[in-house]
Amino acid sequence: MATQSITLTINGESRTAEVEDRLLLVHLIRDNCALTGTHIGCDTTHCGACTVLLDGTAVKSCTVFAVQANGREVTTIEGMEGETLHPLQEGFMEEHGLQCGFCTPGMIMSSKHLLDHNPNPTEDEIRWGISGNLCRCTGYQNIVKAVQHASNKLQETTEEGGE
Amino acid sequence: MSKCKTSPEVGGMGHSIKRKEDPRFIRGQGNYVDDVVRPGMVFMDIVRSPYAHAKIKSINTEKALAHPGVAAVITGETLKEYNLHMMPTLMSDTQMVLPIDKVCYQAQEVAAVVATDRYSAADGVELVEVEYEPLPVVVDPHKATDPDAPIIRDDKEGQENNHIFHWEAGDKGETEEIFNNADVTVKEDIYLPRIHVASIETCGCVSEFDSVTGRLTVWLTTQAPHAIRTVVALVAGHVGLQEDKIRIISPDIGGGFGGKVPVYPGYVIAIAASVVTGLPIKWIEDRRENLQADSFARDYHMTCEIAADKDGTLNGLRIKTLADHGYADAAANPSKFPAGMFSICTGSYDFKKAFVEVDGVYTNKPPGGIAYRCSFRVTEAVHAIERMVDVVADEIGMDAAEIRMNNFIPKDAFPYQSPMGWEYDSGDYHGALKLAMDKIGYDELLKEQAEKREKGELMGIGISSFTEVVGAGPSKDFDILGIKMFDSSEIRIHPTGKVIARFGTKSQGQGHETTYAQIIAEELGIPHSDVTVEEGDTDTAPYGLGTYASRSTPTAGAAAAVACRKIKDKSQKIAAHLLEVAEEDLEWEVGKFSVKGVPDKSVTIQEVAFAAYTNHPQGLEAGLEATHYYDPPNMTYPFGSYIAVVDIDPDTGEVKIRRFVAVDDCGNIINPMIVDGQIHGGLAQGVAPALFEEISYDDEGNITGGSFMEYLVPTAMEVPHFETDKTITPSPHHPLGAKGVGESPTVGAPPAIANAVVDALSHLGVRHIDIPITPEKVWRAINKQNAA
Amino acid sequence: MIPGSFNYHAPSSLDEAIKLLEDLGEDAKILAGGHSLIPMMKLRLAEPDHLVDINGLSDLDYIREDVGVLCIGAMARESALEKSELIAEKYPILKDTSEVIADPLVRNLATVGGNIAHGDPANDHPATMVALDAEVVVRGPGGLLDSGGRTIAIDDFFRGPLMTALAENEILTEIRVPCPNGKSGAAYKKLERKVGDYAIAGAAAVLNFDGDTCSKAGIALTNVGPTPVRASEAQDALVGTSVSQDDADKAGELAAAASQPVGDHRGSEEYKRAVVKVLTSRAIMKAKERAAGGN
Repeated sequence: MATQSITLTINGESRTAEVEDRLLLVHLIRDNCALTGTHIGCDTTHCGACTVLLDGTAVKSCTVFAVQANGREVTTIEGMEGETLHPLQEGFMEEHGLQCGFCTPGMIMSSKHLLDHNPNPTEDEIRWGISGNLCRCTGYQNIVKAVQHASNKLQETTEEGGE
Repeated sequence: MSKCKTSPEVGGMGHSIKRKEDPRFIRGQGNYVDDVVRPGMVFMDIVRSPYAHAKIKSINTEKALAHPGVAAVITGETLKEYNLHMMPTLMSDTQMVLPIDKVCYQAQEVAAVVATDRYSAADGVELVEVEYEPLPVVVDPHKATDPDAPIIRDDKEGQENNHIFHWEAGDKGETEEIFNNADVTVKEDIYLPRIHVASIETCGCVSEFDSVTGRLTVWLTTQAPHAIRTVVALVAGHVGLQEDKIRIISPDIGGGFGGKVPVYPGYVIAIAASVVTGLPIKWIEDRRENLQADSFARDYHMTCEIAADKDGTLNGLRIKTLADHGYADAAANPSKFPAGMFSICTGSYDFKKAFVEVDGVYTNKPPGGIAYRCSFRVTEAVHAIERMVDVVADEIGMDAAEIRMNNFIPKDAFPYQSPMGWEYDSGDYHGALKLAMDKIGYDELLKEQAEKREKGELMGIGISSFTEVVGAGPSKDFDILGIKMFDSSEIRIHPTGKVIARFGTKSQGQGHETTYAQIIAEELGIPHSDVTVEEGDTDTAPYGLGTYASRSTPTAGAAAAVACRKIKDKSQKIAAHLLEVAEEDLEWEVGKFSVKGVPDKSVTIQEVAFAAYTNHPQGLEAGLEATHYYDPPNMTYPFGSYIAVVDIDPDTGEVKIRRFVAVDDCGNIINPMIVDGQIHGGLAQGVAPALFEEISYDDEGNITGGSFMEYLVPTAMEVPHFETDKTITPSPHHPLGAKGVGESPTVGAPPAIANAVVDALSHLGVRHIDIPITPEKVWRAINKQNAA
Repeated sequence: MIPGSFNYHAPSSLDEAIKLLEDLGEDAKILAGGHSLIPMMKLRLAEPDHLVDINGLSDLDYIREDVGVLCIGAMARESALEKSELIAEKYPILKDTSEVIADPLVRNLATVGGNIAHGDPANDHPATMVALDAEVVVRGPGGLLDSGGRTIAIDDFFRGPLMTALAENEILTEIRVPCPNGKSGAAYKKLERKVGDYAIAGAAAVLNFDGDTCSKAGIALTNVGPTPVRASEAQDALVGTSVSQDDADKAGELAAAASQPVGDHRGSEEYKRAVVKVLTSRAIMKAKERAAGGN
């Protein structure tokens, strides 16, 4: 059984682990690091429940090996809040963008990537941006509103900060 | 919308209170079954059959057991020692936990590997060697009862063929009379294919047995924890698991929709393994296992007929159905209803007579017929009637809205006795359809369609005016495995006026932590933020039948209201004691008792609560709490009208939903925001089978649709923006006038879309297309008509 | 869900990667974006003993124009192609193509090189590259970094389903697309059952004009044959015409006749041919529109 030692940063914290070469990143996150906010919903890279940021880019962590994350930065849902909740987290609560909550962490991470690259998306662009994440409960409509809420909030903050 | 009785701070009915459960989910702090970790926990994975029907010649576990990390391999023979290799289904059929002699569907559980970690367990599964001898398969249900069909359930004594049940409702003779004398009769074969709930969280459990105390604790993805506890006690009682020593914990559930009601073999194997090994065992199925082996929904082959007058008056309805149940009837129907509530199929229309018959058959497919967000076969019934009403309209050249308006049960006819024996509680079908038509601009759309047809462009408008029947159900008619379908609420007010409320239901995203708190806020005037709601732990929650079939609000919500009223009655006694007046001299205004005519002489409910522990009247019991087990007097009947507009690409057959208007009536509304969310989600789960989803099998019983590669769950790009609205027609028998809503949209949406597509093509002579309406089906329908 | 065991190698240079491939032989596979390979490994349909991760070869991640040619480094991510201004302006057919590959999350990691090297006729870039008369640059153990490797014309690259001209010890390093020359336009049209799915069929059309007359045409098809299908007769039929709707429809019919679809859960053979016809015609008309200055 091939293993190696890897060191990566997860939510700002450095972690070292001895892992099998074949260990999936999502299992490293959930099992080794006990960060269970990232979820597993399928086995064919479709559902996106496992979405995390890898060096700031949204990826499906079930289709990345943990060893590939060696020396890199991973952000999970647990790393989204600072002293206050991230506007996306607020937006999902304000706009009823979740019901069972299982797809929600992945949706939020994908939406973070979307807003980082497109701060003021249209409804179509939001739907396009989250088309790698499946939800069974909400019909996506309030998820779109949640992302719009966050987009507005972030732009207000930018305007205030930017002067 | 009627004015709310309570303030937003109190947050009773009608307020869109933000959900109390959200803070943990948006931070990734939910507690789902796969998040549960127990000391010493090991992992289980399952070996599954590649064949749909095959004898098991041998199972060789040597290589698997030699693999590092593998602790045990469990087979049917292992379980047989404990008489646990078979179990009852919720419909009192039997199914294998693990097989001894043969397998009956592709992906059936054959053996289980227990290992120290997930990866070793998966490796172990690859190393178990099973020798099969394939047997002839039964895949087409129409051939299941052919004389030469192989008998699938030869394990059942007296089972000489593949027929499971025959069930009828309505009046056969009188319905036939109507057909014989009808001006117009129409007939269509309608197939609702097999689909799957595919909630984003798959099923699984963590089972832990304490050999010192004899207590079994199982964290389980279940919508009905108490029922599971009782089933486990009945099935495994003989190995010493008695019901007071079994604790089922249903933690956060990532979507249920009916798929987490059945008892799956994986659970029973894990429980057995945890008892035998003494180790906590985690089993979490992967998505392919979930799609290929867990209980499916629908799979109804219906031959539908309507008898009508020339003017479109609908007189008689007749449906003959062949129900494909897979290899076991594991449907989660109430026991007297092997075809669920299928006889609601006269729908929103005032038929004179109707007759339905359903024959269930065995095939070599996974077991089931679960209620997938459809209140027990109501999707099937509504799809049939809404399609057939359009077929009649097409036959006589009448507008689809007009034929409905002419045949709706009028508002003043409620309570209404349907020809099938249902007593509909209340409805205003004309109101809902009119609102939907106004909202979508029906007449302008008809004009647009006419203009487009001139140019060869294809556009369709489809209506679905459904009536649902939910809230199972009254004890005189409904039980599952003999357990009556009441539900319960236990409410306790603490000295400082805060509340703990526990229920026999189990939310999988419906927002009970919020909505039940709102019911209590409405009844007692205690702010919703002072109410903690708990569900899902059988050690603490009162007994209930769980959450599915839109039953929570109609049953447990009612229980909460009644329990609150018991508390209010007692509170009145305490208030009278505190204010030194007679009870009759008090009046109640939300949260407060005051003396009639002397409004400043009052006590709040919080003061009453404190007094219940510190200054209760002599002769009255201390404390302030109540439990109620609510036996609903009737089902409730939410309804609505949906209108879909579609545009079709004539060259590729692609269907785009341009607009979708949904008018729903679920009676009085607890939380409008949550109701809207339920409707959006249900509509998406109606769009999905209408256009995308299907599980099918080839002639050898191999599945298509066994992963998300082929089982096409729609993304945000396929689901349209929904325009929702409401009418409110309270239920006269429900304590809150509420009806339940979660399933209406899944029931009502598919026929609206199917009707729209057929409408787009009707001028080409197309009368019916089965769902899922793929682009190829549309293309074929167009080209067939063009060639003809 | 759980892949089989393997040994992981993460070379930091192209030479190192090639040496690894040579030493490890047929039991080694390249890991680029990984979104074709890892899903197969999780289903245990692929069980390589060794993975050579080339994500560290960041000098293969570029999109730039050289004289007369667009050079796409094999490790350029699909999302980069999708968002590139250069691509949107001058090579919109590549944007058409990348944006319909899988979903946005997959595109963040999936590479252009991988989409081509995998040799799957269901992938979208192969047909587009055929229509564009692209070539691929490949490095093997014989070639040092400055020796240029070997160049393979796209028509010689795809040999069969999941089979390409790449030798076991070779890595695809660059894709070269001729710059648009004179009045030209190109487009890719794909019909999929839902976002994220492979194509029911796809059609790429690249047109060059001399004035209003078509002087050259490239038409190629996705997922209707064991390799991407170049519809040569359709191409020939367009040359010398003004590419009217009738010309486009006729070319569509010829493309449908040239395709070799197999009936499966995405559609019957008959339907797929009909889709080829429609998409080819639409791709042609879109290409013509772009040649005339539209977007």
